[in-house]
Amino acid sequence: MAKVGVIGVGQSAFVRQYPGSIRELAFEAYREAMKDAGVKPQQIDASVVCSAPEYDKQRTPAGLMAEYLGLNPQPTFYVESVCSSSSSGLRTAYALIASGLHDVALVLGFQKMSEISSAESQERMGRGADIQWEAPFGTMMPAYYAMYARGHFEKYGTQEEDLGLIRLKSSTYGQLNEKAVFRKALTLEKILEPKYIATPLKMMDCCANADGASCIILASEEKARDLAAKPVWIKGLGMATAPINMAGRDSFSGLRCAQAAAKRAYEMAGIKPSDVDVAEVHDCFTIAELMAYEDLGFAEPGQGRELIRNKETYKEGKIPVNIDGGLLSKGHPIGATGGSQIRTIVLQLRGEAGDIQVPGAKIGLVHNIGGVGIYGNVSIFGVE
Amino acid sequence: MGFEQFGIVSFTGVTKAEQFVEFLKNNELRGTVCAQCGAKFFPPRADCSSCLSDQMEWFPITGEGALISHTKATFAPAGFEKDVPYRLGVAEFADGIKVFGRIDGTLPDEAVKAGMKVKVRMLDLGEERLTYEFTAA
Ligand SMILES: [Zn+2]
Repeated sequence: MAKVGVIGVGQSAFVRQYPGSIRELAFEAYREAMKDAGVKPQQIDASVVCSAPEYDKQRTPAGLMAEYLGLNPQPTFYVESVCSSSSSGLRTAYALIASGLHDVALVLGFQKMSEISSAESQERMGRGADIQWEAPFGTMMPAYYAMYARGHFEKYGTQEEDLGLIRLKSSTYGQLNEKAVFRKALTLEKILEPKYIATPLKMMDCCANADGASCIILASEEKARDLAAKPVWIKGLGMATAPINMAGRDSFSGLRCAQAAAKRAYEMAGIKPSDVDVAEVHDCFTIAELMAYEDLGFAEPGQGRELIRNKETYKEGKIPVNIDGGLLSKGHPIGATGGSQIRTIVLQLRGEAGDIQVPGAKIGLVHNIGGVGIYGNVSIFGVE
Repeated sequence: MGFEQFGIVSFTGVTKAEQFVEFLKNNELRGTVCAQCGAKFFPPRADCSSCLSDQMEWFPITGEGALISHTKATFAPAGFEKDVPYRLGVAEFADGIKVFGRIDGTLPDEAVKAGMKVKVRMLDLGEERLTYEFTAA
């Protein structure tokens, strides 16, 4: 398989309400990535634009973005897998380059969740599930993940305090991340206040909506070596899907799409879970991070809680996870999230992660889930 | 009248599986079974993803099931606010058929747990709307 490298990364600040339009929000991430890569718009051969369309007022945003970013007349198109859209975009851009069709491709993820009113947002929330068979009961993301939390608790004895420890870790690092929406210090007592959203998940088990953008620039091996001082190589990509209907699920203690995607990514990279030096996982809810520990093989099924109890997923631990604050602290601007995770890992592997740098990190992993385990993307990166 | 009668809030009114609602009116929860290869489906579907046939028949989901997982929602999407709090869950019935739905809100919290025996009952929501829920078997 052809080698494809990351030559530039960028991210806007993630904020509650961005004081500008989607094109301007996207440009913030784009500008940073282009400066990071040291390239000009005419050197970008194609762009892949990613968002969740239910939050966009603009129809067919790829065309708008290509124009505003100065990327006409190059090809552009739109990729969507809800919360994992920009990881699916990475997979798409990788294929464009590995096939030889293009040399340099850009993945732009954005979401301005404040684009629609909170009433509209509430209405859309109910349509995140199968609208024919499940939404008529009043479904929402927290309730689905809550059923996985309950499933994990009942099967393995995991407790609400274990999930609280994950939020505590998130707030520890979120305070350091100047691009995060939630930077307050939290105590375990505050985290465990019984403000339930959907039992057993409480307010602090849930990430916040945010406006944000991310941008990742990829290049062929030859171009990457030419353009980047320290290219970060894509070593393994795994993607898998699972039934959207809960009635089609055979497990409520782990996400099958994540397990299958991880297996494929590890095989492609030729590594084992224990080879990963630093990881970003999709912690839209605390339970999602706990399941990720197990689905990615960092812990045996049911043993994820031991990792967090022993602080093994802190910066100094065996496998640092979400030490940029994760979605719980950064916020979760749906289409931009995967690109933000990738950016964190790329900075880690270049040794440019500042306060949160894991010394000598050589292999990094991104786990990015769309919906409640409908789409799973696991991407592995490495440096020579 | 068709599928728009199903559920507390309807999001889509047209499906080839709309006969589902007629069965609900008859106090029956039904899935579909492929006449060609025998694959069973819930929720019901018009097309068989195992053998590609469109020859589907209806089969009843009866008896006791076991609750697999559940939650009590204290926030709700638009249109469901008046129901808060309400429980959602997944239960497994004969032949491994799983069903998603609401759980009886009058059951005490301590009674609702994974493994509890449940049965399905139909609910008339008024204004020609119907749904089903799980209650203790
Ligand atoms: Zn069939």
